[in-house]
Amino acid sequence: MNMDLLIWLIPLPPLLAFAAIVLFTNRSKALSHSLAIGAAGLSWLASMVVFFTAVGREELAKHPLGVDLKVNWLPLGDGAFKIGVQVDPLSAVILFFVAWTVLMIFVYSVGYHNFGQPAGDHDKPGLPPHGATVKVKGHGHQVPSVEPMYSRFFAMISLFAFGMFLLVVTDNLLTLYMAWEIMGLCSYLLIGFWYAKPSARDAAVKAFLTTRVGDMFMLLGMAALYKMTGTLNYQEILANPTVLEMLASQAAPVLGLSWAGLIGILIFMGTVGKSAQFPLHVWLPDAMEGPTPVSAMIHAATMVSAGVYLSIRFFPLISAGWDGGGALTPAMMTLAVVGAVTALFAATIAVAQNDIKRVLAYSTISQLGYMIAALGVGAYVAAAFHLVTHAFFKALLFLGSGSVIHGMEHGVLHTHQHIDPQDMQHMGGLRKKMPVTFWTFLAGGLALSGFPLVTAGFWSKDEILSGAFNGGHVWVFVILALAALLTAFYTARQITLTFLGQARSEAAEHASESRAVMTAPLVVLAFFAITAGWVGIPKAFPGLGGLVPNWFEEFVGEMLLVHGEAAHHSLVPLITSLVVALGGLALGWWVYRDVRAGQKDPLQKPLGPVYTLLQNKYYFDELYGATVVRFSRWVSEVFTDRWLDRGVIDGILHGIAAAGLWLGGVLRNGFDLPVINRFLGDTVVAGGTRKLGAETSKIQTGRLQQYMLMGLAVVLAASAIIYFFFVMA
Amino acid sequence: MIPISWFLIFSAALFCIGLFGVLARKNTIGMLMGVELMLNAVNINLLAFWAYRYAGQMNGLVFVAIVFAAAAAEAAVGLALIISVYRRRTTVMADELNLMKG
Amino acid sequence: MITGLQAFFLVNALITLFAAVKVVSSRKLVHAALWLVLALMGVAATFAMLGSRFFSVIQVFVYIGAIATLIIVAVMLTRNSMEDVGPQVNRGWWLPLVVVVLLFVGLVVVLSGWGDFGLSTRTVGAEGENVMELGKALVDPNGFVLPFEIASALLLGAMVAAIYLATDRKEGKR
Repeated sequence: MNMDLLIWLIPLPPLLAFAAIVLFTNRSKALSHSLAIGAAGLSWLASMVVFFTAVGREELAKHPLGVDLKVNWLPLGDGAFKIGVQVDPLSAVILFFVAWTVLMIFVYSVGYHNFGQPAGDHDKPGLPPHGATVKVKGHGHQVPSVEPMYSRFFAMISLFAFGMFLLVVTDNLLTLYMAWEIMGLCSYLLIGFWYAKPSARDAAVKAFLTTRVGDMFMLLGMAALYKMTGTLNYQEILANPTVLEMLASQAAPVLGLSWAGLIGILIFMGTVGKSAQFPLHVWLPDAMEGPTPVSAMIHAATMVSAGVYLSIRFFPLISAGWDGGGALTPAMMTLAVVGAVTALFAATIAVAQNDIKRVLAYSTISQLGYMIAALGVGAYVAAAFHLVTHAFFKALLFLGSGSVIHGMEHGVLHTHQHIDPQDMQHMGGLRKKMPVTFWTFLAGGLALSGFPLVTAGFWSKDEILSGAFNGGHVWVFVILALAALLTAFYTARQITLTFLGQARSEAAEHASESRAVMTAPLVVLAFFAITAGWVGIPKAFPGLGGLVPNWFEEFVGEMLLVHGEAAHHSLVPLITSLVVALGGLALGWWVYRDVRAGQKDPLQKPLGPVYTLLQNKYYFDELYGATVVRFSRWVSEVFTDRWLDRGVIDGILHGIAAAGLWLGGVLRNGFDLPVINRFLGDTVVAGGTRKLGAETSKIQTGRLQQYMLMGLAVVLAASAIIYFFFVMA
Repeated sequence: MIPISWFLIFSAALFCIGLFGVLARKNTIGMLMGVELMLNAVNINLLAFWAYRYAGQMNGLVFVAIVFAAAAAEAAVGLALIISVYRRRTTVMADELNLMKG
Repeated sequence: MITGLQAFFLVNALITLFAAVKVVSSRKLVHAALWLVLALMGVAATFAMLGSRFFSVIQVFVYIGAIATLIIVAVMLTRNSMEDVGPQVNRGWWLPLVVVVLLFVGLVVVLSGWGDFGLSTRTVGAEGENVMELGKALVDPNGFVLPFEIASALLLGAMVAAIYLATDRKEGKR
């Protein structure tokens, strides 16, 4: 099959599935999920074909796949805006993990939403299912119930997947922006999926508005880019040294930046919103209000990866003017600072959270910060590598936590205990109850904390650390190492609290393993969480380096026009990453190894007020509430409404009105009453009119449509008469 | 090639369906949707004549552009009216809005 | 013999007309609004077939992007109309139907009497309309600047009117 066409077709099946489910099959749950999964499967198949073709191509970065087939899309004054697709090394690897994670999440959702279970006793659309009673041998028995809006869920995640596939295969910033906004819409719809919960509604609005702040800057950057270069095509801008040089050398009117720097920072603001970087990170933890597959979708497969992908994609622009060794460009500096701050800051919050999904949410923010910081110090390949490995293990962790929550809910239904099934303080000892979930979660957790040699996370994280160290950015290196330590610590805490030790609630004792349809995706993802790292073992790595070719570096590294200095592998980052990973894990296990039911967090005492600060996420929500929200409310209520609108504008209008009233009074008293009324009087004119009105008002039924019908009939008859008697004759 | 007659009949059918919606639909928003269909039918007509007879001239295209503007204005004001009426009378059914009855 | 383009036209026309029928006959207004989106999409495809790429895109932007969205929002705001009790068409719905069918027949009869009814060669080339020329014509003092400005004023007026009408003026608020 024609490769160009095939790339075009990748995003299409989920879109068709979305339309088909919405329009036709939403009554049938089985049909809806078959359609969605079938579509995801088709996209997956096409993606794999494209991926392996791309891998086999020579000089893929210079001649990406799919660039020959372009479509004139938007007619402009001079020619047309062309859109097309392209698969270069970067989009190929992204496509690979997106296709896998999306397919796994789709399959998992079938089990997560309890397909095949009876409908709930009191379930309503817009609320999570509460469970159904079934009679077994005479007495009632609570079992999980199927999600009432099952089909709707599959329709929405299909649209979500469409957005992501489109974003990856497109070849220009405008289509990317559209896919970006489609995903924004889907995240809004899915975070607020259980819309009858006020918290879910608020979270949806928050996610939508917060990401919009970033998007607005991104749009500005896009406009500036188009103004400067006359195109938004990747190949024409990012693979074109002349354009990049032009952008880097011309000064922009703001802050003494070059145009490349300004546009780079503006586009990066889009990433800040979408990938939840400091200071726009607030929406992402709240996004946990959605169903767990959605969290996995947002946190691993699509949304946040899209943000980082954008930054990686525009790295040539962001780093324009950087020679690969010397001082960082202002845009790169921004990335490095924002990324490093986010990585550390989110990791500290994650330490003090008790909700199993919230820990993962902050860990996502922190890991994204890692990637951004890596980009900031010029470790381009390392950032892309970590993006890929992170997508696999974070999807795994989210789906695993969903499985845990599911098991806990089962226990809650069984024991009628009223506890939050997501709170890790009530878990413990789930290792034996849910073995598959445990082992896969362990694989994901170890990958997240960078467990040496075996897991994917180690290789990608090590590469970032050595990138920061060898580039001479010691402060970034130190911050990231600290963050890695915290990452290992909270991962160990999470695993220990959830799976090890003794059950801390009755529900946890009666938790049960999830169905195969949920655990099978976990196993697949666990496979990638372990092995995805082995394609990128650095050559200089002591002992292992060179045994396997560093395929990832060669493949993706080809994208760069300017190569950084050949990394001289130093032992410092390697030892550091070993120490922080193992040390953090051991420490986490040791602190939390025997937490009893009802006991407070062991860290609460030694950390004191700091712990409270962390638990409340540095009071960021409160801070934004007190500043941004208050300010905009003041502007709208006091400034615009009271002063501008009611004071100035209404004041003028009222003045005019008063003048008009005065004039009217003068006319009435001076002319109307003495002249008109006296001479024409009530009887002659008014009386006659009234009589006529009374007669004709009978045909006024007050029904608009009857008037129209009447008018139409008259017009029709008149035109027929005119036509037949005058035109024809 | 497609004969122009196909486009014209298609647009006439669309126009008539829209007109039926305007005349028969109880809900005023439903009526408005009918109006949108009618406007679209008009635009198809204009573009068909433009494409088959007057492609060198701008008149047809300008007319289409103006119809777009008018449609936007019509939808905005129409829906605002409907919402305003709804606030006062808590209904948007055309047969219940009979203040004009003589 | 029907060519591929003709077949596409027929399929598209059928889908569009079906969607249009659903727009005027759906019981649920939200469904009607969604069918409207499909019908508008079909019209956009028709524009493209007529060689007008620009208006095809504008159709998607303005009609589907703005007007259809506005309608859906309005449907949701006037919420109790969504609880669709009773018939959704007026009692005497057959009368409009008769009139509309008559109108359709009349239109076809009148049109088929036109000399160029079977015309199948176009004057428009494959490159579609010249957007630059259109843009110039719209602001040309000897062209269409007057209608263009009037349309702008109309839009401004509509915007002001819409805001004014839809403002919630509760008692005691001001």
